[in-house]
Amino acid sequence: MKDLKVPERIAEENLVELYKQMWTIRYFEEKVDQFFAKGKIHGTTHLAVGQEASAAGVCALLDKEDKITSTHRGHGHCIAKGATPDKMMAELFGRTTGYCKGKGGSMHIADVEMGNLGANGIVGGGIPLAVGSALTAQMKKLNYVTVCFFGDGATNEGSFHEAVNLAAVWNLPVIFVCENNQYGMSGSVKEMVKIEDIATRAKSYGIPGVVADGNDIIEMMNVTNEAVERAKNGEGPTLIEAKTYRWKGHSKSDAKKYRTRDEENEWREKDPIKRFKESLISESIITEEQAESIRKEALKGIEDAVAFAEEGPMPTKDDLLTDVFA
Amino acid sequence: MREITYLEAVREAMSQEMRENEDVFILGEDIGVYGGAFGVTRGMIEEFGPERVRNTPISESGIAGAAIGSALTGMRPILELQFSDFITIAMDQMVNQAAKIRYMYGGKGKVPMVLRTPSGSGTGAAAQHSQSLEAWVAHIPGLKVVQPSTAHDVKGLLKAAIDDDNPVIFYEHKLLYKTKGDVPKEQYSIPLGKADVKREGTDVTIVATAIMVHRALEAAEELKKEGISAEVVDPRTLVPLDTETIIKSVSKTSRLVVVHEAVKRGGYGAEIASMIAESEAFDYLDAPIKRLGGAPSPIPYNPELEKLHVPQVPDIIQAVKETLNKA
Repeated sequence: MKDLKVPERIAEENLVELYKQMWTIRYFEEKVDQFFAKGKIHGTTHLAVGQEASAAGVCALLDKEDKITSTHRGHGHCIAKGATPDKMMAELFGRTTGYCKGKGGSMHIADVEMGNLGANGIVGGGIPLAVGSALTAQMKKLNYVTVCFFGDGATNEGSFHEAVNLAAVWNLPVIFVCENNQYGMSGSVKEMVKIEDIATRAKSYGIPGVVADGNDIIEMMNVTNEAVERAKNGEGPTLIEAKTYRWKGHSKSDAKKYRTRDEENEWREKDPIKRFKESLISESIITEEQAESIRKEALKGIEDAVAFAEEGPMPTKDDLLTDVFA
Repeated sequence: MREITYLEAVREAMSQEMRENEDVFILGEDIGVYGGAFGVTRGMIEEFGPERVRNTPISESGIAGAAIGSALTGMRPILELQFSDFITIAMDQMVNQAAKIRYMYGGKGKVPMVLRTPSGSGTGAAAQHSQSLEAWVAHIPGLKVVQPSTAHDVKGLLKAAIDDDNPVIFYEHKLLYKTKGDVPKEQYSIPLGKADVKREGTDVTIVATAIMVHRALEAAEELKKEGISAEVVDPRTLVPLDTETIIKSVSKTSRLVVVHEAVKRGGYGAEIASMIAESEAFDYLDAPIKRLGGAPSPIPYNPELEKLHVPQVPDIIQAVKETLNKA
């Protein structure tokens, strides 16, 4: 790696794994999109195609004991934190073999054992939970960090401001990652926020705010690395704003009338997977052929996940009332 | 036995639990050196320090979420909200997060936390500091709801709530804080979901919650002078509800009066009345069920109006007599 500046703990083989992971996220989302179009999955879903670099880049710096909280657009975070697409797909199919036994669905996938404290159907709802997780780390003197993912829309919720302030005054080991994908459903960030960078909001709480190119996995890893070090050294929280773009609509029913095709195409040019591939090839970490076989492996993984999901049993009437209380 | 106040019993339950279990801590607004809005935590920061008696910013949503997140990752937080009216500001966290996490996650993860909060009117604090909103939370699957009426009960129920692996909303009635009762010094637990027959009787069952337990007992004493024997049942917890004890009592007395301070419309009394109407006790009823609750208005400031808003002893006596055709 001559020109590629990545955190010390990231080895070449990690980069190759991350490249595959980004494809896994994309193919998972594409597959889910197809299934919704065909009516094979019901309910709704929010896809993170185009946002793979922030999920993969941030989670690359986390250990198993580190935690994340995620959002309604959380499939990518889930995969990046170590979830298997098999059990995720089974969950979307509503099967008992899914992460939540078919009771949570797309918006509530959690994998507490792997440190994923859950996606969230409430915009901004997970931010205070992440602060609570960080409080446990501080009180029990456990050396883990908690990463809290949320979108630009969530930063207008009171829960964001309350939680960031709380984390700041208590100096908690938490990293707030705002994936600014430019839209909260149809609301453009330009119309809903009067400042240029959401990271500026960190200033009001006395913590560092960093703007990063959310479509550049290398930059995402570097800013996250710094934030993790700060958190683990007892220096408190950081707000990272990852500028990115969701290629698909907000949810399955979105006609995308609020934005232009030109704008979409501009962002597609900044495809995070393509950019990462180019870096890996120019650094001679992989060849074009290897890149192609990695992509195919990822696709195969998703097809296997679908097969796993389809085989899973459906819940029965007996499952309705289980797990309401511990 | 030793007599202490309801307020002291709450503090003692928390302190004893915190001495036993490092994972238990309290967080809330002004609970540090100030001792909390009603003085419940007074002296606790001196014993346990600012880490475990954690003063927070005025951020009900933020601190509720922090409590939930800490519970999900291994702590057993006790969250104090200054007035139960403020649960409205923490509602997303309690209802959409705490109550549902375990179910949504397919039984993985648990949220062992207690939200303690003073409720009820009678202090002249008016419409935003006097409500009884327990029916809101009792409606939500995944939350347990406790309303202790005596110093003895509050200590045992709080231990059970802290030991419970689920989110528990624990209502302390502010007019009860200064009431005294016999309370054992040692720790003890009163299981959630076990009603208490506070007075035995044969002619009518009065199911009453929180401060209404005391008004019902006063009413029963008055009724006795007129030869009417009233049984007073205190459910103690709304979720889970001890339906068995209530059904048994109504089957015996054949008459039911339900009384709570919360607004009657949509109040938990409707649930208790319906539960009896659907149960085997229905066949024993000799009169229509009577419900008493708060008036359909916000709680007024003027002390006379404030009293008119909520059921008083004469209202309970009147309702009982109506069920006996003696009004």
